[in-house]
Amino acid sequence: MEYLLIIISAIFVNNIVLAQFLGICPFLGVSNKLSTAGGMSLAVCFVITLATVVTYLINQYLLVPFGLTFLQTIAFILVIAALVQMVEIVLKKVSPSLYLALGIFLPLITTNCAVLGVAINVVTKEFTFGDAAHMLGLGEATVYAFATSLGYGLAMVLFAGIREHLALNEVPKAFKGLPIALISVGIMALAFLGFSGIV
Amino acid sequence: MALCLTAVCLVCAAILGVTYAATKAPIEAAAAAEAQASIAKVLPDGGEISEEIASDAEGVEGYYVQTSEEGAVTAYAVKSSTGGFGGLLTLMVGVLPDGTVYNTSVLAHSETPGLGAKCTEEKSAFREQWKGFAGVLSVKKDGGDVDAITASTITSRAYTKAVAQAVALVKSMEE
Amino acid sequence: MSKFSLITKGLLKENPTFVLVLGMCPTLATTTSAMNGLEMGLATMFVLILSNIVISLIAPVVPDKVHIPVYIVVIATFVTVLQLLMQALVPDVYKTLGLFIPLIVVNCIILGRAEAFANKNGVWDSALDGIGIGIGFTLSLTVIGIVREILGSGAIFGWKFITGDGMLAFVMAPGAFIVLGYLMVLFNKIAKK
Repeated sequence: MEYLLIIISAIFVNNIVLAQFLGICPFLGVSNKLSTAGGMSLAVCFVITLATVVTYLINQYLLVPFGLTFLQTIAFILVIAALVQMVEIVLKKVSPSLYLALGIFLPLITTNCAVLGVAINVVTKEFTFGDAAHMLGLGEATVYAFATSLGYGLAMVLFAGIREHLALNEVPKAFKGLPIALISVGIMALAFLGFSGIV
Repeated sequence: MALCLTAVCLVCAAILGVTYAATKAPIEAAAAAEAQASIAKVLPDGGEISEEIASDAEGVEGYYVQTSEEGAVTAYAVKSSTGGFGGLLTLMVGVLPDGTVYNTSVLAHSETPGLGAKCTEEKSAFREQWKGFAGVLSVKKDGGDVDAITASTITSRAYTKAVAQAVALVKSMEE
Repeated sequence: MSKFSLITKGLLKENPTFVLVLGMCPTLATTTSAMNGLEMGLATMFVLILSNIVISLIAPVVPDKVHIPVYIVVIATFVTVLQLLMQALVPDVYKTLGLFIPLIVVNCIILGRAEAFANKNGVWDSALDGIGIGIGFTLSLTVIGIVREILGSGAIFGWKFITGDGMLAFVMAPGAFIVLGYLMVLFNKIAKK
């Protein structure tokens, strides 16, 4: 039941792009085409889940016991950067086809604030379950990270679909490109507001 | 290459170590002052306030006891939380020994701005009604004496529930 | 480029928000009021100026292969210093801006300026560049904050001029996107003339 709550909350209610404003740059940058949006979503999904698990363990077994939690920011970003690099190398060796599909997105992910944002959120924020709240355990954190990245993918793919249609329409000159895209995201976010309060 | 990275990391670690050592005391002082202020706000003036006492009552994380100079208990400040509309709603509730609410304040919330978040506006009618509240602890819609915030019944119910938890704890201790 | 134009270019020609479209996450998330936008802008400017200065100093001795990790370590260090200072001096502000203070590390403006400017220019110019871009970012955030506060809560810098509520959607997530979109249109119109 708790896992279900986490999943629904992370995908719909607190959607990472539309409600938490994380990972906006790549969201706007690569959502021109449905296929690239899909590829980016997959890569982000992979990295967010992996990074959250690794940073959670580092925080729990290295930073907390030694009283070094003030180093969270710097430790997490280095871990994420190293992780992305490692994923790139491993993917290249193990599955060249997957590497070709995700490869170009991987370097971009280090500076995607969604990854660092989720990692920091998981270890610093209490999550509400009904009438109580507690810090997430490793299992819950993993599920949360995975569900959040699914929410990222959902927002990205939906938005790419809208943008493909926008590209075919006459838009006033000053609205061309990003402005009309931002306004469309705004309307999408308005729709997602309807989910608030269901968990 | 490796030498350069090591050097940069060492320098940065030194800078951070120094900053951390220099800011540790002020950060702790700020946190303590904030906790003190939130307790003092919901209690009558004067008297000695105890250290936080942990509690395993429902929704209550801990409480503070205020005693007069003669050693009699004059009030309790209870940290009580429950699920609101957007997340956990945590209150500090000042309760007199007879179960009357003295005052309340919001410690943490994630309610909707402009709707449920109005429960944080100190001078609002919703917040004023809690001063000296001794009626039935549920919103009027549910047959109680609490005036809910317009269009924010869920937040009002949660707020009321958190207060009720605090009052229940004090009543059980006074018995 | 003259020293003066180093500072002013961040306002219009290379405005980080409306022209370069960098650092969108804090731009959207923290501009619920004019004051919040201003505070976020200043916090970012602090890190930007310091990292620009340090990176312009160490760039000549850092081998090309490791320059990105070195820059990230430098930026993350200043962000952590900022976090600690804010917790000690202005804990309330730190609480409101929350997650978006540590996230300054991944704000593309900072790494972007390090790569595009600080690593090939002198200390003095890099500091001015940091100030210029920082002011541009701070002003943009404040303007967005002002518009959202006026529409969403009927107030400017906390001073309320209507009774009752504003249009709440503008304080919430959708309003951030919509206001930024329309401001960009306005900026395009003005800048093109």
